[in-house]
Amino acid sequence: MAKGGAKSPAAKPSAAKGKPMPSAGFTPGEDLQAYRDMLLIRRFEEKAGQMYGMGLISGFCHLYIGQEAVITGVMAALKEGDQIITGYRDHGHMLACGMDPKGVMAELTGRADGYSRGKGGSMHMFSLEKNFFGGHGIVGAQVPIGTGLAFANKYLGKDNISVTFFGDGAANQGQVYESFNMAELWTLPVVYVIENNQYAMGTSVARASAQTNLSKRGDSFNIPGEQVDGMDVRAVYAAMQKAADWCRAGKGPYILEMMTYRYRGHSMSDPAKYRAKEEVNKMRQEHDPIEQVRLRLIEGGTKEDDLKKIDQDIRAIVGEAADFAQSSPEPDPAELWTDILSDSAETVEA
Amino acid sequence: MTDILMPALSPTMEEGKLAKWHVKEGDSVKSGDVIAEIETDKATMEVEAVDEGVIVRLAVPEGAEGVKVNTVIATLGDGDALRAPDAKKKSIDKESVAKDNKALEKKEAAPPAAKSTEEKGAPAAPKVEVASDPDIPGGTEMMTLTVREVLRDAMAEEMRRDEKVFVMGEEVAEYQGAYKVTQGLLEEFGAKRVVDTPITEHGFAGLGVGAAFGGLRPIVEFMTFNFAMQAIDQIINSAAKTRYMSGGKLTCPIVFRGPNGPAARVAAQHSQDYSSWYAHIPGLIVIAPYSAADAKGLLKAAIRNSNPVIFLENEVLYGKSFEVPKLDDFVLPIGKARVMRQGKDVTLVSHSRGISYCLDAIKQLEEQGIDAELVDLRTLRPIDFDTIIASVKKTNRLVTVEETWPVCGIGSEIAARVQADAFDYLDAPILRVSQKDVPMPYAANLEKLALPSANDVVEAVKAVCYR
Repeated sequence: MAKGGAKSPAAKPSAAKGKPMPSAGFTPGEDLQAYRDMLLIRRFEEKAGQMYGMGLISGFCHLYIGQEAVITGVMAALKEGDQIITGYRDHGHMLACGMDPKGVMAELTGRADGYSRGKGGSMHMFSLEKNFFGGHGIVGAQVPIGTGLAFANKYLGKDNISVTFFGDGAANQGQVYESFNMAELWTLPVVYVIENNQYAMGTSVARASAQTNLSKRGDSFNIPGEQVDGMDVRAVYAAMQKAADWCRAGKGPYILEMMTYRYRGHSMSDPAKYRAKEEVNKMRQEHDPIEQVRLRLIEGGTKEDDLKKIDQDIRAIVGEAADFAQSSPEPDPAELWTDILSDSAETVEA
Repeated sequence: MTDILMPALSPTMEEGKLAKWHVKEGDSVKSGDVIAEIETDKATMEVEAVDEGVIVRLAVPEGAEGVKVNTVIATLGDGDALRAPDAKKKSIDKESVAKDNKALEKKEAAPPAAKSTEEKGAPAAPKVEVASDPDIPGGTEMMTLTVREVLRDAMAEEMRRDEKVFVMGEEVAEYQGAYKVTQGLLEEFGAKRVVDTPITEHGFAGLGVGAAFGGLRPIVEFMTFNFAMQAIDQIINSAAKTRYMSGGKLTCPIVFRGPNGPAARVAAQHSQDYSSWYAHIPGLIVIAPYSAADAKGLLKAAIRNSNPVIFLENEVLYGKSFEVPKLDDFVLPIGKARVMRQGKDVTLVSHSRGISYCLDAIKQLEEQGIDAELVDLRTLRPIDFDTIIASVKKTNRLVTVEETWPVCGIGSEIAARVQADAFDYLDAPILRVSQKDVPMPYAANLEKLALPSANDVVEAVKAVCYR
């Protein structure tokens, strides 16, 4: 991409490599599943935004609307035990990992039934059962940690990979490159998924990065990378499958730069004055990840009513999560003093 | 004639072993020739001739141990000197070496490190009688080991016990440890479990945290804690806070260890004491031992603990020898201070190398009729306030001693707590002895002034005793 302008990324998803991405055809069943998964994230995030406006959710709240195809396509290509770790725009990842929307929403409202019992909030939720390792609030800090998960997988002889997500902003952090170096040096099974949504808060990629093709950021470490149309769930899935195979074959890390877009501001308090309305509208109208699947399903003969039914189901799930998140009690004041240290009885064996 | 002196091969080296002579008397040498091999507690180094001439005399026999830095080890001259009568007179014998060393010891304006009560090689026979640790069963057979050796032993024992324990850091494997603490581990455990990292503190600290989340028990060695400042975001934001942020779901069983605090003559960027930085952070355990027994028992406890542990060692103490219990599995409780010496007039609270200053001061105070009690904190988070307060209630006076800077130091925290919990028991204000509030200077005299000293401790004690 040329410097100096935020070009529409999805219009030319794989121009950098000069060949089209293999876009594996989804079966109608797979499309339907992807539609459902992405819609859950979209509706959940819309509800979270609404509840933020009502003062039920506070602090930082970074919505994933527009980027749903990335985590959905990635998850479809993983197997049991593979780990996910990401930054602070993490609600979509949690839902895609199978975490309970009720527990996620209750964490957003800071209640006792939240995933972190109200102590973490939007950016800090974890689920060992679902292999979701956060939720990290310091830009780029999850990258060495995700690399460490891969180190553990290799050390323990597991056939699992760590999928470490970060944004175009984090791609300029030094620790990302410290991680790349060690991951390739030790051939660790980690896929670095860069969610390039074009803006690091309010700074476009072109204004922050000397090399705007972030998939090339592994070149000097000999880590292969490619750009992927991150608005097309099928392209994401195909690329992730390839990257996962690479890792599982013991070839070391792989970089996927997902060209995507967030419709909302960086966080709830961002009016997004740094980009034109037309740019956002164009992405929504021409490249929306959910609409793409919907149109494909309709073309393939799925009935509008069936899709409406899915939409209703999703709305019910999200509504239930919102109700749950408001009725769950605040944490007991005694909780202030718990969970700081694992107590010694639990840890020091006699 | 030129004297060849025992060289100092590291900032903290005080003595070494003359492992091998590569020359004999009468040999001609030129500049750059290897003439000897010297073994320090860290490494074996070759010594080169710096001038040309004939080796007139070898003053120290091959195999001599404990040869002090700056002892004459050989004399270089022209060929004629070899036949000079006084050359023969001073032939090699171990007795004269010992005498030389003694003379040197007296002559030397010893730096604080050399004034410490324990010397390498000698069994722990401090000038001050030290109380035995109640956590060591009575009658336990003891052996004399250095702090460096027991740190290695502690790691090796825990690595044998638990496959998930591994060590990573700069130069920990093939180099055998920048300070030789990990010596031999690569040989026993292999490259999978003893991992040399690139120079990338932020990255490998974070990688260690991830490995801990992934089910392993990493020991991350920082070559010194000065370099851990590059990694402190991962230590605090990722390791320390995650358990709380996750509502107890995710713990981070990891040990960050390495030398902390001033070494000797390495200037400001390599001489910082981070005790209070880490002790400030909820979610961390912070340990800073003085003796070898504590270093061993507490490092083993740290590795078994499921929380992130900061284990602050001290380079100057690495080579010091102590009595260590001969037990198969010696683990000490974390968070428990130790009363090292009972006394009735004043309480000294210190940790790590601060204890050296205190022991020296106690000897001087004894001569002046002041009977000091000494508490070694051992753990800096959580601090064992019960032991401190009990001691203050007995002595009614308190002086804290540390190598940290004074502002917001460990002593500040102790003073705050003691005045709150034992105000009525205090007969004098609490005084703090610390490093002076300046970056560490390089010049020998200024460095000495910047460091706390036994004299500072004596003065503070006399002040609180109104003497």
